[in-house]
Amino acid sequence: MSNRSQTCGVFAVVTFLAIWISISMSQAARPSLESQAGLAAWEKVYSVLISPRCINCHTATNYPQQGDDRHRHFANVVRGPEGKGVAGLNCVSCHQERNADSTGAPGGHNWHLAPLSMQWQDLNDQLLSSATVCRAVTDRSKNDNLDGAGLLKHHTEEQLVLWAWNPGRRPDGSLRTTPPISHQEFVAATRTWVDAGTPCPKGR
Amino acid sequence: MATFRLNVNGSQKTVDVDPSTPLLWVLREELKLTGTKYGCGISACGACTVHVGGIATRSCIVPVDLVGERPIVTIEAIGNDPVGSAVQTAWIEKDVVQCGYCQSGQIMSAVALLKDTKKPTDKNIEESMGGNLCRCATYARIREAIKSASQQLG
Repeated sequence: MSNRSQTCGVFAVVTFLAIWISISMSQAARPSLESQAGLAAWEKVYSVLISPRCINCHTATNYPQQGDDRHRHFANVVRGPEGKGVAGLNCVSCHQERNADSTGAPGGHNWHLAPLSMQWQDLNDQLLSSATVCRAVTDRSKNDNLDGAGLLKHHTEEQLVLWAWNPGRRPDGSLRTTPPISHQEFVAATRTWVDAGTPCPKGR
Repeated sequence: MATFRLNVNGSQKTVDVDPSTPLLWVLREELKLTGTKYGCGISACGACTVHVGGIATRSCIVPVDLVGERPIVTIEAIGNDPVGSAVQTAWIEKDVVQCGYCQSGQIMSAVALLKDTKKPTDKNIEESMGGNLCRCATYARIREAIKSASQQLG
């Protein structure tokens, strides 16, 4: 074999390898179509989680928030050891099994704050990023050991989750705002995200 | 209007009221139990506190139709309870009251605290009583009385 043939052969092999490595890296860097759909669905889920009806009780502080401006809950309400307030000032001192539209007190079964492991904002009440919340929500050491199916069930059936779409009236009689998408859309987005393997955005 | 059967201070009471009527109005206007006070009407001051199912509850914002069969205890009957009696005794001993308007609510919250926590710390007291406001600022005496009642109860 001539030197020229050998050179051509080596060149062809190197070129093939370069193309193969390039394609492989490209595929590794780019999520699959299913994963892309899952990430898009997660962003819909995240848009609900950070809406006031949800995030007001997913604080990092010793107290819940209230209102669309997420101000500190009035009456010196505190978290308490189990997220249900303290003796003498429990969550259920005011929040009954269902909304009290005549007085403006929202209510639902087992009214309580989310545990600190499910905080979706920081100590300065700033929202945590989509990636950070996603990692927390999918961390079974933080999320009450829920797998994908468990998360879907939680989003579909949990009474306080459902309350977000039926939050009742404020003391002035006006209706409280609801999350940006319907509960049906929220569940569908959760299902797509779970089916894709609960992918989370990269970064912090 | 609707008819409700309520267990109030150990007795069955029947009232015929609009279901959206706050429990406070039922107690004061229908049952003439006026020891429980109207303060703010939005659960921000604690003057209306009663026990519903053993939980200190702001009666001004709980509609009567959400009470169900849970027993209601008001300031008029809290002295029948050993913890309630100890708290009332301590309140007198420490001369807590100034104008007195908020005190029935203060006592109901204090009893709820001591039933849950026999030896409350200053922090326990601050947090549990934090929703009961006193315009006379009797807070220091309230804290002393709660500690005194705790000691009495052993």
